[in-house]
Amino acid sequence: MTLRADLAKIAELVPAGVRVLDVGCGSGELMAELRDAKGVDARGMEIDAAEVERAVARGLSVVQGDANRDLADYPDQAFDVAILSQTLQTAERPDWLLEQLLRVGKVAFVSFPNFAYWRMRLSLLWTGKMPNSRHLPANWYETANIHHTTIFDFLELAGERGIRVEGSWFFAAGREIGGANANWRAEHAVFQLSR
Amino acid sequence: MATLSDLNLNRRALPAPLPLDSGRELPGVELAYETYGELAADGGNAILLFHALTGDQFVASDQPLTGKPGWWVRMVGPGKVIDTDRFFVICANVIGGCMGSTGPSSIGPEGKPWGMEFPVITISDMVRAQVALLDQLGIGRLHAVVGGSMGGMQALSFAANYPDRAERVLAIATTARHSAQNIAFHEVGRQAIMADPEWQAGAYYESGKGPEKGLSVARMAAHITYLSEAGLTEKFGRRLQDRDSKTFGFDADFQIESYLRYQGLSFTNRFDANSYLYITRAMDYFDLAEEHGGMLADAFRKSDARFCLISFDTDWLYTTSDMREVVHALNAVAAPVSFVELSAPFGHDSFLLDVPALDRVMKGFLE
Repeated sequence: MTLRADLAKIAELVPAGVRVLDVGCGSGELMAELRDAKGVDARGMEIDAAEVERAVARGLSVVQGDANRDLADYPDQAFDVAILSQTLQTAERPDWLLEQLLRVGKVAFVSFPNFAYWRMRLSLLWTGKMPNSRHLPANWYETANIHHTTIFDFLELAGERGIRVEGSWFFAAGREIGGANANWRAEHAVFQLSR
Repeated sequence: MATLSDLNLNRRALPAPLPLDSGRELPGVELAYETYGELAADGGNAILLFHALTGDQFVASDQPLTGKPGWWVRMVGPGKVIDTDRFFVICANVIGGCMGSTGPSSIGPEGKPWGMEFPVITISDMVRAQVALLDQLGIGRLHAVVGGSMGGMQALSFAANYPDRAERVLAIATTARHSAQNIAFHEVGRQAIMADPEWQAGAYYESGKGPEKGLSVARMAAHITYLSEAGLTEKFGRRLQDRDSKTFGFDADFQIESYLRYQGLSFTNRFDANSYLYITRAMDYFDLAEEHGGMLADAFRKSDARFCLISFDTDWLYTTSDMREVVHALNAVAAPVSFVELSAPFGHDSFLLDVPALDRVMKGFLE
């Protein structure tokens, strides 16, 4: 099984044997990888019933729920690691979700598509319309991505909220790239955060 | 039709009187049970199934009174979701029941049927009796406990009170607390039974008659709560029963009337009215949080089991929001829990019917 590049990076970074909450876990690809390769005690939350069904059928512990509300039910620091992959931009309040993530998890991994990626910028510049891309394929009126963000915006928010950035990794065309000029070169970013 | 005393049921007597939540003790308890599959040498493949209000121990074999297939034969058997080639499945008739376990129709200490002298029992009393049966059968830690509806209440109660006795807890279409609406429907049923002159304050066993009309009405009212409105509309609509026009009378003109009357009547052939009173009472008293100092999370604090909870979107008896309260409590103690609301058209009864997604989730969880 091949994981998406950002998930593969997170899978590599999560220490073995820890307790993980994957928020927006889908059908549990990352959770299954963490369980099988690293003996991680993985739990998931997912809003889509069909995805939850697939995850549970894999023997994973996944709760159908809406992260925008249900994350508040978990106790403080219940997990060593909380993961939010490609979900931040769909949150009702991304700032609230980040705070919750760092409340329930000692460390958080967050990945998101970078809206300042040069192809996005060019697309908006040339066409004057909201960009569509491989990773953001939906039209503006039907997209689940209601809070597009950029690497700069994200770092600014983290700074304002006193969130420590412990590491960052960047990807373009499915491959990891260096951090130089990441805000225009990176299609995706992964951040390791703590309080 | 055969009567209970004609049947050769598997029964086990408990070695000691059963302490009850009421403070009383139930002496001479026998549990009637069925098993399917073979117990592994290490005893690790046992699954305890809990039946619902009007169910019994005949999960996957023909019910001897009605001759009908077991109530979960689609789920339990060789190669099925609960695979009896792999698992040893046990299901016992609850105390208070009427398929061979000690209940109000059993002979009491005075040498006649208990009737209303039978002590009021609770869900955790039912579970306590079944744990005593497990002890008798030499079964320690279970692979899983599984139940839907009242069976799910027993599964949650088991998890709370015997936290190290099951590796997995699967509770379907159930609740941790009976709501005012749940109690209200049960009270309608009980009043229907008690209003029937043949009930005779519960001492009807030796009269050769019983409150069949009352029990039938109780079953009819309850049956409505097991189905969804959309399901009823699709199955019956306003269609007439074997006639072209309304009779301007009170025959069963509508198909739904005829169906409910049949459900009510056929129920009286296999179920004891006093058992119905006692078991519905046990369900009404069920409030797992109350039993644990008012905090549902505390009920699960000692459990080391994995949980799987399943609700159905058309179930208005035990709703998704009832189930979410259990999920929240389990999350609060960081228990490993899965929860999914499945889409199915059959209302509360969905857990007994053909819902392929239910099969997939259960199979995945029980592996």
